[in-house]
Amino acid sequence: MTTSMDTRPPVDDRPPPLNGPELARWAWRQLTSMRVALILLFLLAVAAIPGSIIPQTEANPLNVRDFRARNPTLSEWYDRLGLFDVYSAPWFAAIYIALMVSLVGCILPRTWQHWKAVRAQPPKAPRRLTRMPAYRKVEVDATPEEVLAVARAELRSRRYRLRRPAEGEDDSVAAETGHLRETGNLLFHLSVVVVLLAVALGGLFSYRATVLVPEGSGFSNQVIQFDSLSAGALFDTADLPPFSMDVDEFRMEFVEAGNQIGQPAEYEATVTVVPEPGAEPETHTIRVNEPLNIDGTSVHIINPGYAPAFTVKAADGETILAEGPVPFLPMDGNFTSEGVVKVEVPPEHGDDIGIQASFLPTAFLDENGPRSIFPGARNPEVYLTAWHGDLGLDDGQPQSVYRLDTTDMEQYLGDGGEPYRARLPVGETVGLPDGRSITFDGYVTWVNLQIGRNSGRELALVGAIAAVVGLMGSLYVRRRRAWVRASVGPEGRTVVEVAGLHRAEGSAGDRLVDEIGAVTDGLLLRLGGAEGKKED
Amino acid sequence: MDLDAVAEWSRYVVVVAVLGYLAAWLAFCAEAGIHSRRRRAVTVAEPERELVGVTSSGDARASSADVPAGAPDGPAGPGDAELLQRADRLGGIGRGVFGLATLVLAAGVVMRGLGTERAPWANMYEFSITGALVASIVFLALARTVVGRVVAVWAVLLIFVTVGLAATFLYVPPGPLQPALQSYWLVVHVGCAVLAFGLFTVGAVVSALQIVSERAADRGRTSGFGASLPDSAALDRLAYRLTAIAFPIWTFGPLILGAIWAEVSWGRYWGWDPKEVWALITWLAYAAYLHARATAGWKGSKASVVALIGYATVLFSYFGVNILFNGLHSYGGL
Ligand code: HEM
Repeated sequence: MTTSMDTRPPVDDRPPPLNGPELARWAWRQLTSMRVALILLFLLAVAAIPGSIIPQTEANPLNVRDFRARNPTLSEWYDRLGLFDVYSAPWFAAIYIALMVSLVGCILPRTWQHWKAVRAQPPKAPRRLTRMPAYRKVEVDATPEEVLAVARAELRSRRYRLRRPAEGEDDSVAAETGHLRETGNLLFHLSVVVVLLAVALGGLFSYRATVLVPEGSGFSNQVIQFDSLSAGALFDTADLPPFSMDVDEFRMEFVEAGNQIGQPAEYEATVTVVPEPGAEPETHTIRVNEPLNIDGTSVHIINPGYAPAFTVKAADGETILAEGPVPFLPMDGNFTSEGVVKVEVPPEHGDDIGIQASFLPTAFLDENGPRSIFPGARNPEVYLTAWHGDLGLDDGQPQSVYRLDTTDMEQYLGDGGEPYRARLPVGETVGLPDGRSITFDGYVTWVNLQIGRNSGRELALVGAIAAVVGLMGSLYVRRRRAWVRASVGPEGRTVVEVAGLHRAEGSAGDRLVDEIGAVTDGLLLRLGGAEGKKED
Repeated sequence: MDLDAVAEWSRYVVVVAVLGYLAAWLAFCAEAGIHSRRRRAVTVAEPERELVGVTSSGDARASSADVPAGAPDGPAGPGDAELLQRADRLGGIGRGVFGLATLVLAAGVVMRGLGTERAPWANMYEFSITGALVASIVFLALARTVVGRVVAVWAVLLIFVTVGLAATFLYVPPGPLQPALQSYWLVVHVGCAVLAFGLFTVGAVVSALQIVSERAADRGRTSGFGASLPDSAALDRLAYRLTAIAFPIWTFGPLILGAIWAEVSWGRYWGWDPKEVWALITWLAYAAYLHARATAGWKGSKASVVALIGYATVLFSYFGVNILFNGLHSYGGL
């Protein structure tokens, strides 16, 4: 193996001296050594593993809650070690920051060395070219000067850089090429830094919100309208683009038959957007892989569901106490959906009503109870029970819209004293025992939209692409040197020696031999093709 | 014509390919068997010559330029030329059958693609057969080299097992894709992953053999499996070159295109989903391998061990994550 072209300084393995500055210098040398880079890469890979096994708060808060409930003691330890938030844990950050520091500490001196190497002259031809790993010798009739002139042209056409010959070197040509390897390598490492900075800094300005919109209604892009919002430390609510959006139609299609029956086939939202107050409304469609982009903010479909619509009437049969669709949460792949309807009733019409219901898009009843057997609405039905009393909406406590707080409520009872239940196809009305009534008017779909901005993504992308380009330079370019020497041989003809050398790293030796052969052939061709040549 | 039927039939075509790989493997085994029998005969008959061969490796080896890799030096008595011929014939048959099986597998993959009207790498069955096809093509491309011929036995076994498992346990009937997967990003993103998967697979076989070969050389073995392998430096270079092709593809497809697609599809380009985490782990492991090869004291078999760890993470990224975890990516589907 040839290491003569290796420009990296050797790693200093001496034990650390005891005085401060030297210790610091020793530590820095260790940190920026290849060996430590290797270890840090490994460590980071290993450190990333637990986060893929243990549920993570950021990706899946519900799973974390379940896990905590099932393993209270273990969870305490996990909390202490940050294992529910691996990727923002201090020990994880410590590893990648060490890697970054090592990386920068590695790039800077190498860039400087590379800069010098690129500007330096290729080294002169060694005295004995026969020792080089690739070597050819031919004899020609042209004079040595002619041969060298042609050799310069040949090497230049192969994109070699030529050495400016010094005094006493006029019998040979020296050339070098392939600095792009190191250039590519530096570009790659630098780009890795750029990508990480773009991700880290971009995260500070990014935001992501969700909002659930039943078909036929809308929202405006303001924090109070969001169901959830997570944002970076430097996000400013004033940055939110002031658009508003109505979901005119949200269509769900499912595989109708075959072995994948019930799998989602297509979700599509048709929306009307007013980009800013007073602007012309625009109509757009949003599909799963086709988000809508408004002013740098993109709107994605996250998940869908059904919102059954009810009308609740007072005992007089006239006064409408509540009406309209209410989003229910899907419980399974067939959209067996559950939810509640909270009806605040003015005192003259009695106490509050709470309806607890299941919506089944394709209802089916057997000994296991009612459930949906297909996600599309082929046979929509509602199964419900109801409560009356005080919903507790006015006491200021925040409540889930999907759960009924029954502490101050009583379940309606049927004729036989059993809990009241009803089963409703679309359009049917049932009376409650106290004379009030519930009508199942039908249903609409709802879609959970994600509204967000990923700041810095363009920079991250440019960095990532530069990284791949640099990587290819680093992996596929070979840095190599070539020499041609011409002198008058004993028989009066000109002896031409062509030799080559490359850093053996990774690239096969025969490629170099081939190249030196090609240089020689090119030389002969330029000298007049069929010139009587003799090889040995 | 019924497209589903085409896709279903592709399974039987794939099964034919599996049988072809089995046949090719048996032929290669028979070839290797003859070589090892000859080697044993030589070791017993001429122990001294072998010793000389070790100490001054150049001379003894030089005489065997026309003998395929792994064959011992010089003739070993009457009938030997005939044995050699038989071994060569078996090797030739093996390569031929290997090529045919690969063609059949290619037909099976294409039929699956035509039948489902999409790129055939949307679930584990499809990913496995397409990945195995890539690996087969890489092996075929190498089959003419000395290293490639030795690697072939193991390669074919691995492909046989992969495609065999795909056609039995991993099989899923053809069907449409769910909305999140209906995208040309699938074609490029997963396409790159399959390509890199195939190349990493070949690289892993070569790295494993490199370790065996280096060990045998370190212990001065002159017979047995280790000694029959090509020079460990040649294996090391080949493994490196395969990885050097696969690594940028992995960077570009699974990581970069994956991030772009995730941004298009889920609105964030990196979310620490198990699949994303494992794609990154694989990337870090192979970066460590490339570093190891450039680090003093880590060259040779130590680097190969790092490469094998890298390959283990590739397998886990695909099979482990799909089977064990419940992330956004879990529609790979069994
Ligand atoms: C995020 C961290 C890093 C990643 C992902 C990474 C990745 C890579 C890759 C893929 C290569 C292969 C290129 C080739 O083989 O020519 C490479 C080469 C190299 N890396 Fe890194 N690297 C990282 C950090 C570092 C650090 C901290 C150092 C400094 C100690 C370093 C020094 C080098 C050197 C000197 C080479 C050239 C090896 C050669 O000559 O082949 N890298 N790196």
